[in-house]
Amino acid sequence: MSSTSSVGGPSGVGGTAVAPGRRRTPKLGWNLLGLVVFLVLGFPLYWMLDTAFKPAKDAIDPDPSLLPTGLTLANFKRALDIADFWGPVGRSLVVSLSVVVIGMVVGMLAALAISRFAFRGRKIVIVGILAVQMVPLVAMIIPVFLLLNDLGQYDKLTGLIVTYLTFILPFTVWTLRGFIVNIPRELEEAAMVDGCSRTGAFLRVVLPLLAPGMVATSVYGFIQAWNEYLYALMLMSQEHQTATVWLGNFTTKHGTEYAPMMAGATMMAVPIVVLFLLVQRKMAAGLTAGAVKG
Amino acid sequence: MSAADTTTPAKVPPPRQAPPPAAWDRPRRPRGSGGAATPWLLLAPCLLVLALVMAYPLVRLVTLSFQKFGQPQLWGFQGATWVGFANFRAVLGDGEFWAVVLRTLVFAAGAVLLTMVLGMAVALLLQRVSPWMKTLVNIVLVASWGMPVIVATTVFKWLFDSDYGILNALLSKLPGVHMIGHNWFASGPQGLAVIMLLVVWGAVPFVVITLGAGLTQVPKELEEAARLDGAGAWGVFRYVTLPILKPIIVMLTTLSVIWDMGVFPQVFVMRGGHPEAEFQVLNTYSYDRAFQVNDYAQGSAIALLTVVLLLGVVAVYMRQMLKIGDVE
Repeated sequence: MSSTSSVGGPSGVGGTAVAPGRRRTPKLGWNLLGLVVFLVLGFPLYWMLDTAFKPAKDAIDPDPSLLPTGLTLANFKRALDIADFWGPVGRSLVVSLSVVVIGMVVGMLAALAISRFAFRGRKIVIVGILAVQMVPLVAMIIPVFLLLNDLGQYDKLTGLIVTYLTFILPFTVWTLRGFIVNIPRELEEAAMVDGCSRTGAFLRVVLPLLAPGMVATSVYGFIQAWNEYLYALMLMSQEHQTATVWLGNFTTKHGTEYAPMMAGATMMAVPIVVLFLLVQRKMAAGLTAGAVKG
Repeated sequence: MSAADTTTPAKVPPPRQAPPPAAWDRPRRPRGSGGAATPWLLLAPCLLVLALVMAYPLVRLVTLSFQKFGQPQLWGFQGATWVGFANFRAVLGDGEFWAVVLRTLVFAAGAVLLTMVLGMAVALLLQRVSPWMKTLVNIVLVASWGMPVIVATTVFKWLFDSDYGILNALLSKLPGVHMIGHNWFASGPQGLAVIMLLVVWGAVPFVVITLGAGLTQVPKELEEAARLDGAGAWGVFRYVTLPILKPIIVMLTTLSVIWDMGVFPQVFVMRGGHPEAEFQVLNTYSYDRAFQVNDYAQGSAIALLTVVLLLGVVAVYMRQMLKIGDVE
């Protein structure tokens, strides 16, 4: 009797008494640590922007100031002058958009098949699509290069678009599948009970619910295609290079001019980071929803 | 341990058992309305594209690695001839290849370990900071996650520049340290450490955000119960949090291994398109063999060996993903 009360009493009291005390005191410490993480992780981003906007001579100051020293767009102008910027960006846009459109249409059909139909071989298809995502791009580059060479597609945007499907298509199928599975089948069935055809039920019920997921998948796919470097480097000649290769090759006769280079980096990164900020939450939610269940 | 052991099974089975019946009466309806051919018709375009851009090159990768294929074969002056295992013998008998393998493994192990430990630390930290600090860190995390790899690489190149890089300037402010002019890429290990830092910086956000989402799913009552049973902060983490997060951790680790064994642009761009011998990792080595030495066959053999090396990790990842697939 006395033992139970002594065990239950103190620990209960201690538990409630300690918890708030514990929580309040070290909060400042945790926040300071959080600030350090913020500064360390954010520094490369900050330094890119800072260098891009500061006068080029301040960028090569032997005693550089950590704070912005002035605001100029001269570095951007120089970056655009040094090498053709809009050509590579235009090519990147054409390639990324085409890949996303083709990937979405083809991928949507496949995603529907593996998420809404049960058929013999379904499991093998799913494993196949997962496995295909795991093949390292570098392993593919030699045969793909030879294939495009044989087909006369080397240094052609069409060749690059088809090649990009190797990683965009499996990704699209798998991600869309995740979004489709989360839409209750009952909604579709209710529509069919009400007289919709299967296609009608899909168009009127599933598609509107799927739209945000489709947008997120497209944007994410676009980013992946836009950021690709290896295929773009290998399959396109210098004069038809895409944006990533443009930045990767950013050197001038005077060696590397870092301030204009950071301006170029900023121009490449800002639109992508903004797009990414818009869709990240949606993509991450889809991923972890599945992961925790497993 | 006991707390986790009793809860994990209790948490998992319900979703795992519930869906299968639904999944199995699904098929009957579509079959009635659309026929067994419908799913294959829907899949056809996708499979066709994948056969062209994936299956064919993969088969070609295998055949290439058993052939002699260099410049003359590329231009079509000579046909490719079969050489059996000669390419593999040449690659495996080359001491440089093994040095590259070892370097890649050490690099990947270091990067994965750093990524996972730092990612977990930051994820746990974010649970303890004030909401505004959490938002601040999250913004930086997502922004750096979204940075194109090539952009991040050029920025790191600038940070670590020997003459004007901010890092050397800051280090030199420390008493007795003179780092201005120090070339971080003069030696392989030091240069690769910088590249590892770049890889980790790029990978940590994904890990933090994924683990952070997982951490919100850890039942508070369980942690509370463990604490009442006398577990310290480490005990709660080790025996409650970690087992519950295990599926996510397995997935993140396997993915990280696959990514970090496959670094290419970071090394390639950092070294201006010509990585020196002491910077070669498997992927750049394979690329080098194929496109610099023009021995496409040996390059293929190296790529194939890399894939084989990764198979085990991929298998673990796939099993984890399929478990998830089953649940749904």
